Amino acid sequence: MSTGSGSGLVLHGVTKVFGDTTVVDGIDLDVPAGSFFALLGPSGCGKTTTLRMVAGLEHPTSGAITIGGRDVTWTKPYQRPVNTVFQSYALFPHLDVLANVMFGLRRRKVADAKARAMEALELVELAHVADKRPAQLSGGMQQRVALARAVVNRPEVLLLDEPLGALDLKLRRQMQVELKRIQTEVGLTFIHVTHDQEEAMTMADTVAVMNAGRIEQLGRPEDLYDHPATAFAASFLGQCNLLPAAVTAVTADRVDVRPDVPGAVAGSGTSGLSVPRGRAPAEVSVGQQVLLGVRPEKVHLLGPGSASPTGSDVLGPARVVDRAYTGVSTQYLVDLPGAGRLSVFMQNLGGGDVDPGVGEEVSLCWAVEHGFLLPGHEVPVVVEEEEVAPVIGSPASGGGAQRSRRRGAALQGQA
Amino acid sequence: MSGFLTTLRRSPGDALLVLFAVLAFGYLFVPIGYVLAFSFNDGGRSNLIWRGFTLDNWANPCGAPGVCEALVNSIQIGLVATLLATVMGTLLAYALVRHRFKARGAINVLIFLPMATPEVVLGASLLAQFLNVGASLGFWTIVAAHTMFTISFVVVTVKARVATLDPRLEEAASDLYASGVETFWRVTLPLLAPGIAAAALLSFSLSFDDFIITNFNSGNTDTFPKFVYVAAARGIPAQAYVIGSAMFVLSLLVVLAGRLLQVRRSRTIV
Amino acid sequence: MAALVDAPPAPVPPAAPVGLNRRRRATGWVLTVPGLVWLALFFALPIALLLATSLMVPVPGGDIGQFQPAFRIANYTEALAEYWPTFLRSFGYGLVATVVALLIGYPLAYVVAVKARRWPTLQALLLVLIIAPFFTSFILRTIAWRQILADEGVVVQTLQALALLPGDGRLTATSFAVVAGLTYNFVPFMTLPIYASLERLDLRYVEAGQDLYAGPWTTFRTVTWPLSLPGVVAGTLLTFIPASGDYVNAALLGTSRTQMIGNVIESRFFRIVDYPTAAALSFILMATILVIVYVYVRRAGTDDLL
Repeated sequence: MSTGSGSGLVLHGVTKVFGDTTVVDGIDLDVPAGSFFALLGPSGCGKTTTLRMVAGLEHPTSGAITIGGRDVTWTKPYQRPVNTVFQSYALFPHLDVLANVMFGLRRRKVADAKARAMEALELVELAHVADKRPAQLSGGMQQRVALARAVVNRPEVLLLDEPLGALDLKLRRQMQVELKRIQTEVGLTFIHVTHDQEEAMTMADTVAVMNAGRIEQLGRPEDLYDHPATAFAASFLGQCNLLPAAVTAVTADRVDVRPDVPGAVAGSGTSGLSVPRGRAPAEVSVGQQVLLGVRPEKVHLLGPGSASPTGSDVLGPARVVDRAYTGVSTQYLVDLPGAGRLSVFMQNLGGGDVDPGVGEEVSLCWAVEHGFLLPGHEVPVVVEEEEVAPVIGSPASGGGAQRSRRRGAALQGQA
Repeated sequence: MSGFLTTLRRSPGDALLVLFAVLAFGYLFVPIGYVLAFSFNDGGRSNLIWRGFTLDNWANPCGAPGVCEALVNSIQIGLVATLLATVMGTLLAYALVRHRFKARGAINVLIFLPMATPEVVLGASLLAQFLNVGASLGFWTIVAAHTMFTISFVVVTVKARVATLDPRLEEAASDLYASGVETFWRVTLPLLAPGIAAAALLSFSLSFDDFIITNFNSGNTDTFPKFVYVAAARGIPAQAYVIGSAMFVLSLLVVLAGRLLQVRRSRTIV
Repeated sequence: MAALVDAPPAPVPPAAPVGLNRRRRATGWVLTVPGLVWLALFFALPIALLLATSLMVPVPGGDIGQFQPAFRIANYTEALAEYWPTFLRSFGYGLVATVVALLIGYPLAYVVAVKARRWPTLQALLLVLIIAPFFTSFILRTIAWRQILADEGVVVQTLQALALLPGDGRLTATSFAVVAGLTYNFVPFMTLPIYASLERLDLRYVEAGQDLYAGPWTTFRTVTWPLSLPGVVAGTLLTFIPASGDYVNAALLGTSRTQMIGNVIESRFFRIVDYPTAAALSFILMATILVIVYVYVRRAGTDDLL
């Protein structure tokens, strides 16, 4: 088993235009060698197209791609040190498993191809089906063969196009662990494209959140989750409560905001709520419209009249409209007049904590350092696992949602 | 088989249909039976009336003058025309499905028009051309003619097969270091093989059995159908019946074997 | 707030290799050129030449068979005037043969494609049996029919004995024989496309029809027939077009009174060496067939036969 044979991948301003649709819009990426990199985004955001350009199956309309410092923008796929694990596996039906895995080695006239292929099959624990045809294998096994077929070539960059999409939940979790193990063992640079944010966060060292052909944010999963840069990133990764607000004061260590919520607000700031200066956009001015965000698991519910701990923002009054006990936690849906529905997750710490029922009046409270500000003023509509791309526009623009849905559909066919 | 009979008993409509089918099959095979029977006839040169059973014809299939020569010509022409038509037609079918052409409409017309043209017209026009150019009518003019009208059939057959070929497979091959030619040779062609084989078989049968176009363009060269037609006036030798029967039995066995193999294979891989 | 990783100074993006798109298009053309050239040379060009020939005139004072280029449209009108009965007869025979072939072929295809579906080995065998007659030379088959329907043959004798045929009646050298021969030779051409359509018929549609109270005939008329239409259209075209232009059946099984247009063209080419007329007749035949096919296909609503 060789160690660390991956190279760094760099994309400079890569753009792809199909007809009059810009599918990929000026992507800049720097993936360090040997890292597990995830490209995350909803269907139709251009992530698969980007992957295909790295593989050489599409040519960028403009921009450059370099691997290990060498420019490969125009080299043919069979001349690039890149291999792909396709979403549909694309195993050759007329060859048995071993011949499939040996295919790339044979083309490059590598010595003792058979031994290496068996080694790769052992890596994915499928050495015992080497003489079977792909059609005789289950989906999970086919996926592992596809992985072995790519990994055996020790490419400088290994691309995975939603490889776990067709697997059931249990198998998917298993494969996530497997993929991570293989990546660390072999040391290749993995680029994993997916729409499943949980998958991206658990497996990747670095995640890039992509939307409508652009990278909204790039960083470690923790950074992306705790410090989202855009409303889309905040909503796409995990769940997030977002409130439109206006900036009332900016100081060296704090930014105060007043949420657009009629009704009583008790905050820790001079007027309303505040967030630490470091968790607000670098450029922010008084009167600017922003979004105040806080993750559901950071929020506590207070009964009416309860005192709030110091150093926390309080928002209320609100009413509980739904309560779901999941064992690990209790998930509340709370209606705040003027702000719509907010989610609160309270961990099950075994009694002592307040547990309001449906219809009860509550206030929400969270530590000031858990809130953050985002630019923009509209709350995005993110539909889970749907073809509709999140719309950041006025809620009334159903046309906007339709437009991006069609665009998503069009891109789906091309990407 | 018992399931089949039970179904019959239960539904009279179905039974009627099956009876019809049996009669239809009988109707289809009447002349075949005749040909088979009369291949054993001790009928002399004209073989019109049944005179007696003999195995002589089968023992000596080339006994009648010209029969075997015509047969050999038919086979040779069939092989050459099939080879040419299959190669050109396969490349054409592949290009039509995988590549975009601005002239696609015109190309399609050129390919499919021969199938809609009566054979008389095809044969006559080719004859006119050969006469004009001063080409000598014979083996190669027949080959040219047969190749021409079988290309269309090859394209239709192979095109259907190419359409079912997942383009991702060719991309995967390219991703795994196979150049364009290597991809075609190691992935595309093996996967197209059944379609190409079917097209080749179809071409050969069309070529072997062709009469009208051949008649217009053959000059003095005889093919088997032409030989039989010409001999029809004065009397078809029994050997022709022998060859006809032999071709029938042989092709029947080949196609049966192929089909049964197909059925068996599709059952194991699931 | 995490921002995009600072990209290293971008190198000058390389320009696309010259002619990349041109090369891709070139591959496509290279693959098609051999086939297209062959068809152009041995189909398109000859047809064009035939067109030219159809307008030629005899060389004044020349031998039989010598013609010179001209533009005599009268060739067409004269040919049509003289042979329009033959044209009608040819299309008539073709039509009858097509209809009878449909009546025979459709139920046959139905039995094999639908009723035999549960026994794949039987189905494969039956399919082969449909194609099997193909394997004997079609001339031999037609001659066999002539022999079978001959005056001294069993069939005629039996029919005369049963008084279905007058004492001096005959079956060969009649239009009946010609049409019977045409029908017989094209039944496989009719059956196979219908089989292909019916084979893909999802029986659940039929069940749905029956579930909605349709009797067997109604189910057939409203469910099965429309779904098998593409196959029917293909089969009828594959039968009608060659049948109308055929001359072998008429030559072997008919007389001069049952002559089809194919016979006329052939004799004009080989016996009466009159190329322009033969060419004109060929074009009239071809044009008529194309028009019929176009109208028929439009009406049948299947614009994607291929």
